[in-house]
Amino acid sequence: MPTKVLIPTPLRPYAGNQDVVEVEGVTVGELLANLTGRYADLRKHLYTDEGRLRSFVNVYVNDDDIRYLDREQTALNDGDTVSIVPSVAGGAGPAVAEPSAAPKLSNEEVQRYSRHLIMPEVGMDGQRKLKAARVLCIGAGGLGSPATMYLAAAGVGQLGIVDFDVVDYSNLQRQILHGTPDVGRPKLQSAKDRLHAINPGVHVETYETALSSQNALRLFESYDVIVDGTDNFPTRYLVNDACVLLGKPNAYGSIFRFEGQASVFAMQDGPCYRCLYPEPPPPGLVPSCAEGGVLGVLPGIIGTIQATEAIKILIGIGEPLVGRFLIFDALRMRFRELKLRRDPDCPVCGDRPTVRELIDYEQFCGVTAVPQTGAPLEETSVEGLKTRLDSEDDLLLLDVREPQEYQICAIPGSTLIPLGELPGRLAELEGRRNIVVHCKSGVRSAKAVKLLREAGFSDTVNLKGGILAWIDRVDPSLPKY
Amino acid sequence: MRVNIRVFARLRDIVGAAELDRDIPTGATVRQLWDELVVEFPDASAYAGSLSAAVNTEYAKMETMLHDGDEVAFLPPVSGGQLLL
Repeated sequence: MPTKVLIPTPLRPYAGNQDVVEVEGVTVGELLANLTGRYADLRKHLYTDEGRLRSFVNVYVNDDDIRYLDREQTALNDGDTVSIVPSVAGGAGPAVAEPSAAPKLSNEEVQRYSRHLIMPEVGMDGQRKLKAARVLCIGAGGLGSPATMYLAAAGVGQLGIVDFDVVDYSNLQRQILHGTPDVGRPKLQSAKDRLHAINPGVHVETYETALSSQNALRLFESYDVIVDGTDNFPTRYLVNDACVLLGKPNAYGSIFRFEGQASVFAMQDGPCYRCLYPEPPPPGLVPSCAEGGVLGVLPGIIGTIQATEAIKILIGIGEPLVGRFLIFDALRMRFRELKLRRDPDCPVCGDRPTVRELIDYEQFCGVTAVPQTGAPLEETSVEGLKTRLDSEDDLLLLDVREPQEYQICAIPGSTLIPLGELPGRLAELEGRRNIVVHCKSGVRSAKAVKLLREAGFSDTVNLKGGILAWIDRVDPSLPKY
Repeated sequence: MRVNIRVFARLRDIVGAAELDRDIPTGATVRQLWDELVVEFPDASAYAGSLSAAVNTEYAKMETMLHDGDEVAFLPPVSGGQLLL
């Protein structure tokens, strides 16, 4: 029983100018083999020289992408219709030049990339695609470091990096683009030096700016793949939406303590970040200084996964991490994979998108400063605290940080009750007056002051600037973290 | 019926474990299971609006009906190790 195969317009010249042909086949693979056996010219459009279905050719059985079925082993039944849907320019496939148009490799480059070239999956064609390719990495931090270093080493022709940060000592534990002598330098400068040292043949374009709704589309436009190495939710949603609007693959990665996530979003017919998380978390849930932290190696693992996916997409090999959400647990050393599909109701990539241009992501994520309501926060300076500690006997200095932070440094005489435990430990403060609350920089302690005042501890004030200000202005002998 | 719950990121701290088993009424949805979890762990409630769930390793809507033996994963969003002060 032959199956109907719908041939798309661009491929019709290679299939006898027909829009529908009937072909035998028990599976999709067999059907395509028979089809290309009949129309030899069609073969090179559908398959690579190694006989793999080209990554930008999507095959559907009825309404289902075979990537979500059994791929080329998908069985065909009576009455099925097979559609061949190549991605078209302007669609989601990376607009990497065909090998014929891609730049040639110099003898030096052949030597440099020889371990790539001898693999049939890459070969000269694949390496030339990489040379012609342009990848934009958002952020030169934990994820951006390994991602850009491996992409540079792999010979991606142009690497763009967006960042506006300066290297800090606390970055060095994981951001391997930057070294100890780079502390205090703009990250883009040390990134450029490092990437140039790895591979001077790669053109590194730096953008010293905060990614915004005003510049994102313009910045992304000339790149083939975007690597999302951002560290905050507004930028995540901005990168996602810009990628969907422009049809650029988004190699996504995210890290938290010992856990990492990776996926590829915004590929044609694949899901986007909003299909997974339609709503941003309330701002208070973003890991705070106490709740954050990350194993230094973790971005190395997730960032290299992002680089791997970018390279696969650029060359057009393998199975991209599309429709799959990878979760890595470093403590248990386990990878888990969740299946994820494009949500037809997604506001950005759904069937009836409501977001058709970039929006205000700070507002969307609720991080825009809201006017304070109620009484102004009572606070004291670190100098004021010093004076009071020296003169008042009944002063209670309450530290609401986490125990591991207390171990790093503490103001002498302070009492530790982590913010999360405070509501359950109010009894310990019974009868106390003159309470000064501090944390690392003053945000958590402000919450604690509000909580304590509502609980009746009316003489409670916040230490402005937290222990960081104390170290800066009162006791520089303590370590900062 | 009994389901296996897996939690990630900050939810692990709140729940105090990476996975747990719970009995729920037949025909319960992912949302009902989540609501039960919030009763047990009130701090988790803040994540309700930005939560993502998967049933048997497949992304699922909160309305998805559960079956005996299902593995349900709850994933809060993760921003990327940013240290807010």
